Amino acid sequence: MTLAGYGLRRAGVGLLQILAVATLVFAFLEALPGDAAVAAAGDDPDPARIAALRQQFGLDRPVWQRYGDWLGGLVTGDLGASLRSGRPVVSLLGTAAGPTTVLALVTLAVLVPLTVALGVCAAVRAGGWFDRAVSSTTVALHCVPEFALAVLLIAVFALWLGLLPATAVGGGLLEDPALLVLPVVVLLARSAAAPVRTLRGAMIDALASDYVAHARRHGLPRWRVLLGHALPNAAAPAVQQLARTVDWLVGGIIVVEAIFAIPGLSAVLVEAVAARDVPVVQGVTVMVAAVAVLANLTADVIAFRLAPRAGVA
Amino acid sequence: MSSVTTSRRRLLTGLAGAALLAGCGSGATSAPGATPDATASPRRGGRLRAAFQTAGAKETLDPHAANLFVDGARSKALYDKLADFGADMSVQPRLAERFEPNADATRWRVTLRQADFHDGRPVTAEDVLASYARIMADPANRRAAIQLAAIDLGACRAVDGRTIEFVLKTASAEFPSATAAFGTWIVPRDATDFTRPVGSGPFRFSSFEPGKPLLLTRFDGYWDQPAWLDEVEFIPVNEETARVNALVGGQIDYAHDLATTSARTYAADARVRIVRAPGSAMHAFAMKLDRPPFDKPEVRAAFRLIADRQELVNTVLSGMGEVGNDLFGKGYQYYADLPQRTPDLDRAKALLRQAGAEGLKVQLQTAHAGAGLVDAATIFAEQARKAGVAVEVSMGNKDTFWRDTLTGGSMASYRSGSMPIHSHIATRLLTTSPQNVTRWGSAEFDGLYQKAQASVDEAARTAVYRDMQTQLHERCGLLVWGFADWIVGTSSKVHGVGQAPPNTLDWARFERVWLA
Repeated sequence: MTLAGYGLRRAGVGLLQILAVATLVFAFLEALPGDAAVAAAGDDPDPARIAALRQQFGLDRPVWQRYGDWLGGLVTGDLGASLRSGRPVVSLLGTAAGPTTVLALVTLAVLVPLTVALGVCAAVRAGGWFDRAVSSTTVALHCVPEFALAVLLIAVFALWLGLLPATAVGGGLLEDPALLVLPVVVLLARSAAAPVRTLRGAMIDALASDYVAHARRHGLPRWRVLLGHALPNAAAPAVQQLARTVDWLVGGIIVVEAIFAIPGLSAVLVEAVAARDVPVVQGVTVMVAAVAVLANLTADVIAFRLAPRAGVA
Repeated sequence: MSSVTTSRRRLLTGLAGAALLAGCGSGATSAPGATPDATASPRRGGRLRAAFQTAGAKETLDPHAANLFVDGARSKALYDKLADFGADMSVQPRLAERFEPNADATRWRVTLRQADFHDGRPVTAEDVLASYARIMADPANRRAAIQLAAIDLGACRAVDGRTIEFVLKTASAEFPSATAAFGTWIVPRDATDFTRPVGSGPFRFSSFEPGKPLLLTRFDGYWDQPAWLDEVEFIPVNEETARVNALVGGQIDYAHDLATTSARTYAADARVRIVRAPGSAMHAFAMKLDRPPFDKPEVRAAFRLIADRQELVNTVLSGMGEVGNDLFGKGYQYYADLPQRTPDLDRAKALLRQAGAEGLKVQLQTAHAGAGLVDAATIFAEQARKAGVAVEVSMGNKDTFWRDTLTGGSMASYRSGSMPIHSHIATRLLTTSPQNVTRWGSAEFDGLYQKAQASVDEAARTAVYRDMQTQLHERCGLLVWGFADWIVGTSSKVHGVGQAPPNTLDWARFERVWLA
């Protein structure tokens, strides 16, 4: 199969996946007790007021009609407007996605080289003390829930030692990189284990392979054998694992944003769910699904390029 | 594909629930919030960074759309009302200099003081009438509309630039308190766009984007004493733990709405100051009078004797509050100080026997719709067991809880923010009240309320309110077990923060705050 054909087919499947997710979330939101009008009325649940709000939000229209309108908008790139504020969902997400994107990209920018360094070094002396230390540390950190780790790190490094900011309050993430340290550490701690272990395993296999033995016999320098021959072959499964880590990161970031008061998608999503603001929840969902699909697609394409013989998951 | 797991979602929605305590009704505190550090002399300058829970991207600076505490705090910095509430919910005139009723309290002449908007125009009678008309035009979205509902807008007129004659549809001796209600802020008559709002408050607009901080600067032409601070910045921090961490870590100077656990943890910490405002939130259980088992007065009386209020205050509120006596508004103007009810299990059992309700089973509805609701329900269920009553705690959905319990079930967790006692009666205890959760109400009780409203004599009104509260104390459906303190935290350099319940004059009154 050609790369282009493969990519197109995967993209088509991805679009269907996004649509399926959006439809499911719409159905779940419908199934939740109460609607945006009840949530807006809050502790002043005068039935007349709820009825007026329902009409104002267009919730008196049948469910299939609301879903159809939303779907029609989606096709033309219009995600609708928030029921509560009337703001277009696209502009709302545009504002909130900034900090979330920064957090995700910085985490990945550290995670990729970290994975390569730890995975390769652990594989070179598999079973040695470094390998065992990396394995036990990454697995142990993976087992700590992100909110627990965050609370611990804040208590020690911010409130006790005063070395780092306790939250991201009062500054831009890019203007003040110190704000990013603890959130990124928490995200890395949880996400490093799987890619590191995948790369280590693949590297061990690669180093034991015939082509590496061949390259060694030709007297190539050790680093060229490692990085030029073994790593590209071993990287394919690790890249795909990394894509799954991106899926996970989206969820992890939601927790981390809440704890560190980062004004990203987390706050928007939590509030929108509580307010039953369906278009906003749908918008976040489509965006998250698109990122996940895109990350996996990219990873698969890279893996396809790196090791066409290995086939594609 | 979203990898938000169930447990994460549960954690976060729980957190969000704590954050969405609406600015209930018209709270107000006025007694010049006694500050512990009144001896130090105020200093001008600086920026106060104040963290509140906000509504994120859906928020607006339109004061008439205000709903949350942060909306109230921002609005009071930018705008003024005709009046505000003291800590005891008595009316404190603000933009209004005086309120003068006619003999039966159906017409009120209000004289405005001389005050200017931030753009230099004076605040006039026309602005007041236009603001009220704007509020009343959209009752579904403007909380204050119900407070102003008695006004016959078409008949009101501006007598001159600073005098308004209000004509009411029904007598209302408490009309001034309607002008102090949450959401009744005065805006310029032609205001339609609130992206760069203009008010007459102590601070003027500087910059804002929904979901991001709001920066305000001092308005030197303020009619009252101008602010000490150069600037105040409202920062959205929705998680309580994040607000505490940011405060202790020195990233903010004022953290609104802290949990009792945080207050306890940092009570002795030199970096922060914990400010508690007593009498801020009523905690109760609502029993519905129109259905079994609470249609029998003996059962209601028995439940009131089962409740160990001190234990509830000690555990649910960590002692940061005081016991209730089945009446709303302890410490407020018009509160009837009747003998305090204490637990009496023997008498409770006897009453249940008398009502033929031995071995009673009751479902108590609760939800994480506010701090302490679920804890209180659980503890009360334990207390009831000792009297042989099986109270089963039933968890509801936090986002729809108030709607669900308004009509459904027979007993539910209940709480209320501060408001004047007559507002509590009007919105919850009359046969016509839209939020009559206990189904209390009778023509006789309605008649007493109307009698009070038609009486411009405060002593006469006080006597009528006392009669009404005596009836409520004996027979009503609210088991008011306590009043929680409202807790804010400040850094140690912040002075002048009043100990006032939310949505009262001295609450979040940042023009009186200064930085050492």
